[in-house]
Amino acid sequence: MDILSWDGALSSSEFSIAAHDFIEKWKKFNPTYPPWSWVTCKKQSCVASHEVEKYLSLENISFLSLPEEDHGDESQIGEEEISCSKEEEPIDSATLVESFDREVHYYDFHIVYSASYRVPVLYFRAFFSDGQPLVLDEIEKDLPACSAKVLLESKWTFITQEVILSYLCISDWNGYACLLCI
Amino acid sequence: MHMEAQKYLWEGAIPLQIHLHESEVTTLPPPPPALILAPRMGYLPLLSALVKPYFSSALPPGVDTVWFEYKGLPLKWYIPTGVLFDLLCAEPERPWTLTVHFRGYPGNVLIPCEGEDSVKWSFINSLKEAAYIINGNSKNVMNMSQSDQLELWNSVMSGNLEAYLRVSSKLKLGTVEDEYTIKMNLSTKSGQGTGETDMAGQVKTGRIPVRLYVWIVNEDFHDLEDAPKIDSWDKISFINRPVEIHTEEGKCFTLHDALKGLLPEFFSDLPLIGEESPKLEDEDKTKIPSEDASSNRSAEEGVENLCEHMESSCTTTIAEIKLVRIQGIEPKLEIPFSWVVNNLMNPEHFLHICICIKVPAGNTI
Repeated sequence: MDILSWDGALSSSEFSIAAHDFIEKWKKFNPTYPPWSWVTCKKQSCVASHEVEKYLSLENISFLSLPEEDHGDESQIGEEEISCSKEEEPIDSATLVESFDREVHYYDFHIVYSASYRVPVLYFRAFFSDGQPLVLDEIEKDLPACSAKVLLESKWTFITQEVILSYLCISDWNGYACLLCI
Repeated sequence: MHMEAQKYLWEGAIPLQIHLHESEVTTLPPPPPALILAPRMGYLPLLSALVKPYFSSALPPGVDTVWFEYKGLPLKWYIPTGVLFDLLCAEPERPWTLTVHFRGYPGNVLIPCEGEDSVKWSFINSLKEAAYIINGNSKNVMNMSQSDQLELWNSVMSGNLEAYLRVSSKLKLGTVEDEYTIKMNLSTKSGQGTGETDMAGQVKTGRIPVRLYVWIVNEDFHDLEDAPKIDSWDKISFINRPVEIHTEEGKCFTLHDALKGLLPEFFSDLPLIGEESPKLEDEDKTKIPSEDASSNRSAEEGVENLCEHMESSCTTTIAEIKLVRIQGIEPKLEIPFSWVVNNLMNPEHFLHICICIKVPAGNTI
C-alpha cells in the first residue's frame, strides 16, 4: 500500500489483521492492563461469517475519577488506576485522605469496523457504580489532560451524539461513538 | 417513472390499531383502541402527538415515555414503520394491532428516545452515513443550512414529497445509473427521461446504502401465517453494509446479485428463478396484498413468492430463501438493482430489505 496515496480507508479484512496486531501490541506495551478480546457476535441468528461481525472488546474497566482540584495530576494517576479490576481497591497512601471524594466509573469499549465509513469506530460508554450512565461531559473529565485538550480543539467533530446506534450486529449501543480516522 | 413509484411509496401507510396496555388503564370501561394510518416511511414515536392525547385521560399519574410493542416485542423506534411491519408481520395484518405504553420504558431492549428530536437525529445521522457511502464524504449533509435541514425533516414527518424533493435535490445524492434505466428512458417518449439522465450523469463511488434485516428460521413453513413468531430481537441480524455495484458487459446487476454480495454464504448455491420451472401451490400466492404494490407494476410482471421456486431447486444447499420484502413488496430477484434502489429507497437514502432465510437446525453458520 502506498502511504502517500492512501485515503485512510480500510477493508474489513485489513481491519481484522490490524485488530489482531493491536491486541498483541497492547499486551506487549500495556502488560498491566486487561487485554482486548476479539469477539464474535453472540446472537443466535447472527450471520457471523464476515469479519464485520467480529470486533474488539474491552469491558468493565474501572476508572477512579478524581475530584476537580487535582486535574493537573490526572493523567498520571488515571493511567495507573485503569488496570484495576472491580474487586481490587488500589492502596495509595498519598491520596487516601481524599478517597471518599472519588467515584468509580466503569467503561466499556468496543472497536467495530464500519462498512459504511470504512474505518474502525470506537464505541464507548461509562457507568457509575450503581449502573447509571455517564454523560459526555462527565466522561470528558475522566480523560487524561493532554487528550482532553486535543479533543476540545477539534471540537469533538467526529463524536456523534448520545444515544447511538442501532444497526449493529451486537446490539444497540446506548453510549457514544467516534470514528477512528487517521 | 421514478416519480410515480415515489409518489405511491410516500402515500403508502400502514393502518394501525393501537391499544393502551392494560396495566396503564385507569378508567372503566377501558378506552377503545386508536385507529391511525401510519406513514410507511415514518417512525412510530412521531405518532405520539396523536396517540398521547387520545389516551391521556386513561393514564395513571406520572411521567410519560412512549413506546410501542407488538405481541410482547418492544419495537425499535429508529426503524421505519413500514420496515417493522414487513419484518414482524410475515402474513400482513390489517389493521396491524400494536400496544402502546407510556410507562416502564424497557431500557434493556430499547435505546432511549426523547421524542421527535431523537428520531430526527437518527434520521440525519443515517442521511450523513448514506451521503458518505454514495459520495465518499458527508459534506453536503453537514453543510445543509438550518432551514433546509428543518424543511427536509418536516417534509418527511408530514409526508410531503414535493418539499422533500426540493431540498434533497440540493444534496446531489443522485440516482443510480445503469443501462436499464437509460434504455427505459429512451423507449419512453415523455419528457420524464431528461431529468433522470441528468442525474444519472453523476457516477459516484458505486456504493449503495442498504440496511438488511435478516430473520433466520429453523423450521419450514408453507403459509406465511404459520411462520414462527419473532419474539426477540436476537432472532434478527442487522446487516449494515453498502452494496457495491459491479457491472459486467451486457449483464445487468440484479437484486439477486446485490443480495449475493451481502450474504454470500446463503446465495452462492441458489439458482435464479426461471432456471427451474415454477411450482405453484393451490393458494394464489402471486396476489400477496400490499397497499403500495402498484408502484412496481411498470417494471415487473407480477409479485411472486420465492418459496416454490427455491424448494424445487435446492437439493444440496443448506439455506433456503423464504421471503424477500422491500416496501411491502416481494420483488423478483432478477429485477435490476438500480431500479429497486431508485424507486424503493427511504428518504434517508437507505434501501431497507427484509429477508427470511430457513437454515436447518443444528447448522452452524
